[in-house]
Amino acid sequence: MTQSIHSHTYENGLVLVAEPMRSLESAAFTFLVPAGCCYDPDDRSGLSAFTCEMALRGAGPRDSRAFVQDLENLGVERAESVSAAHVSYSGATLAGNLLPALAIYADLVRRPHLPADQLPAGRMVVLQDLRAIEDDPAQKVMLELRRRHYPNPWGRPSQGEQQALEETTIDEIRDHFCGLYRPCGTILGVAGRFTWRRLKDWVGGLFGDWCGADIGLPAAGQTGAKQTHMAHPSNQTQIGIAYRSVPYRHPDYFQAWGSVGVLSGGMSSRLFTEVRERRGLCYSVYASLHTQRDRACVLCYAGTSADRAQETLDVTLAELRRLAAGIEPVELDRLKARIKSALIMQQESSSARSGALARDWYHLGQARTLDEIGRLVDELSCEGINAYLAANPPDDFTLVTVGPSALKMPVAAL
Amino acid sequence: MEFLRHTLENGLEGVAERNAEAHSLGLGFFVQAGSRDETDALAGVSHFLEHMVFKGTATRTADDVNREFDDMGAHYNAFTTEENTVYYAAVLPECQPRCLDLLADILRPSLRQEDFDTEKQVIIEEIRMYEDQPPFGADDQCKATHFGSHPLSRSVLGTVASITNLPADEMRAYFAHRYSPANMVLAAAGRVDFDQLAEQAERVCGGWPRTAAHRRLPAADPHSSFDVIHRPSANQQYALQLMNGPAAEDDDRFAAKLLATIIGDDSGSRFYWELVDTGLAEQANLGHYEYQGAGVYMAYLSCEPQQAASNLQCIANIYRQVEREGVRAEELAQAQTKVKARVVLSSERPRNRLFSVGGNWISQREYRSVRADLAAVDAVTVDAVQRVLAKYPLSINTTLAIGPQARIARPQ
Repeated sequence: MTQSIHSHTYENGLVLVAEPMRSLESAAFTFLVPAGCCYDPDDRSGLSAFTCEMALRGAGPRDSRAFVQDLENLGVERAESVSAAHVSYSGATLAGNLLPALAIYADLVRRPHLPADQLPAGRMVVLQDLRAIEDDPAQKVMLELRRRHYPNPWGRPSQGEQQALEETTIDEIRDHFCGLYRPCGTILGVAGRFTWRRLKDWVGGLFGDWCGADIGLPAAGQTGAKQTHMAHPSNQTQIGIAYRSVPYRHPDYFQAWGSVGVLSGGMSSRLFTEVRERRGLCYSVYASLHTQRDRACVLCYAGTSADRAQETLDVTLAELRRLAAGIEPVELDRLKARIKSALIMQQESSSARSGALARDWYHLGQARTLDEIGRLVDELSCEGINAYLAANPPDDFTLVTVGPSALKMPVAAL
Repeated sequence: MEFLRHTLENGLEGVAERNAEAHSLGLGFFVQAGSRDETDALAGVSHFLEHMVFKGTATRTADDVNREFDDMGAHYNAFTTEENTVYYAAVLPECQPRCLDLLADILRPSLRQEDFDTEKQVIIEEIRMYEDQPPFGADDQCKATHFGSHPLSRSVLGTVASITNLPADEMRAYFAHRYSPANMVLAAAGRVDFDQLAEQAERVCGGWPRTAAHRRLPAADPHSSFDVIHRPSANQQYALQLMNGPAAEDDDRFAAKLLATIIGDDSGSRFYWELVDTGLAEQANLGHYEYQGAGVYMAYLSCEPQQAASNLQCIANIYRQVEREGVRAEELAQAQTKVKARVVLSSERPRNRLFSVGGNWISQREYRSVRADLAAVDAVTVDAVQRVLAKYPLSINTTLAIGPQARIARPQ
């Protein structure tokens, strides 16, 4: 693997970070705009998501129909999402269409119309997104878990709340946009086939005169309840468990990441083996390390029939606790093999890479090449991971269940 | 890109699309065994068998299988459809021999009773999981209603009752019959060493016994009905529609896919502008799905319960209008650009090419390059779309709604 990553910080603070992938015919981009739902006022939860929805309804010289049509005529596959810190606008297309696509996105993040006459339609869209969660208990349990585990506002679901969405006005959306969509803190990741100098000049031309002052992050408040059950008329009980971990920029991050990989990665991982393969308790069980800039946690999920849910919770918690006793060298070898091939395969997708570049920059103020990540993974040792686990044993769990009846959390786990 | 092919004496065919530029390769066995090959007593056996294939062989335990895939850093899985069961792995080129050795070995599974009993619980959990998620099993019910006595009416997962009552011996007999080398394809895509693959396949698969596995390919009759299932605990209303369309071997399938893109793509389609952009529906889309000897369009709607009737009427109006007036040239051009970009973007990953190469070969014994697919999309005309619409009208459909509304007026 040999890669080079280019980066440039424009005078207004906008960062462009880009990696050429010459074997590909495509190019992909990810804008991280620092306007995530952590900025939603307490009585206007969902405002960031609502603003994102409205920003897609026409920008610059295009009304909403021309906006969609012009992107589609460039073959752009687009996606938007809202996290605590960012609104993400991303797209992928054939390499030759990258620069015109970026020009349309420059209008989107700088000159959206936020049209008042489309507010009712936009409101119906975000309200439906909220309603859909109520029909999807597996998604709901993980949203509610994050809400309780992280300090407010860092765990709140981006979809917001019904009353706030119903009361939001177009002026509030416009104020939210004007206050938060700004160059300082915005990161544009690009990956695929492109010429760096031309890209840098093009982005400079599109964004160089964009103004806006930096804004600090909201302070972290209280966390939620340690144990919650939400009644739901379903066959299965959804179980969500969270415990604290370290964020991406922490020196111990890769130790923490490695330990979660042993817990849940391939089908030989501990949770899959003990909960599903040996006992047949559930179809879906996993754990993943979720990282924000200043905090992180491990999120575990299992979904199973109500009458087997207590046993599933007990076995899952036992595996989380057993992790504190350390991992085996063969587990680490398998983990390294899996990560190594995943890194190489990341070079086959411009979309995956553009997102990773932008997120790396947000967390570290630089982007790591796949070679560098490979070296960090090579340096992982059992001793290092076990020392981390001994000092940071999984404990102090947050538990959320969604289903017909509540479960008992063993006292020692609380 | 280079297409390569090798056939073993027992009938197993190996096919590959070699791409020297790729970083990895995808490797997979495509078995012609799906729910359409089942009977009532065997409902769900193809999918259950897919799980059991990972449970060990004469020389490997289930733990060995999982561990060895993970040891080589493979991205691996399996899936079952109405037509095929597919086992695949994406690995780095140096792992090709180990990967084929393991994949070939698990394709001769032990099917032990104890593993069968444990895995039965996992399958039942999977069925219950889908019953808890939208559209709460209505997709299977809509398919059953639409296809009637046709084999494609069958559920891939089966039911809790059919899985509970399935004996292990029946699965073993099904395996012996369907997993004949002549009824499967070994496919590869990406940076593959094909000489090595063919030579190794001779060694590790050459001894597999050949049996005669047949598949019925009756014609599927069009069907029209409108039903509502009352589910008071749901928040949103959901509706599914199935209507006949071109089959996998029909050249008209490209026109059908472009029509579905124009009418019901997730973005920029007629459904999008009428229903999604306006906030009247959370989702409204239409896709074309092809099978051997039959094809369908499937429409999916989710929306607030009180909007369901008017949204379904709006969809019916869109169908009637396009049947009457056809599609516009600029709509077709936009759909062609969109579909071609998707083909190119997805083909960058060898594992995606694997599904195309293996899927086309098991279904049609045909190799289609990315270039051929792009040319076929480009060749579709407004007239061709109109012809497909005349042959397979969207307005003749099987509709099934589920949600809090007990009754919904049938669209006029």
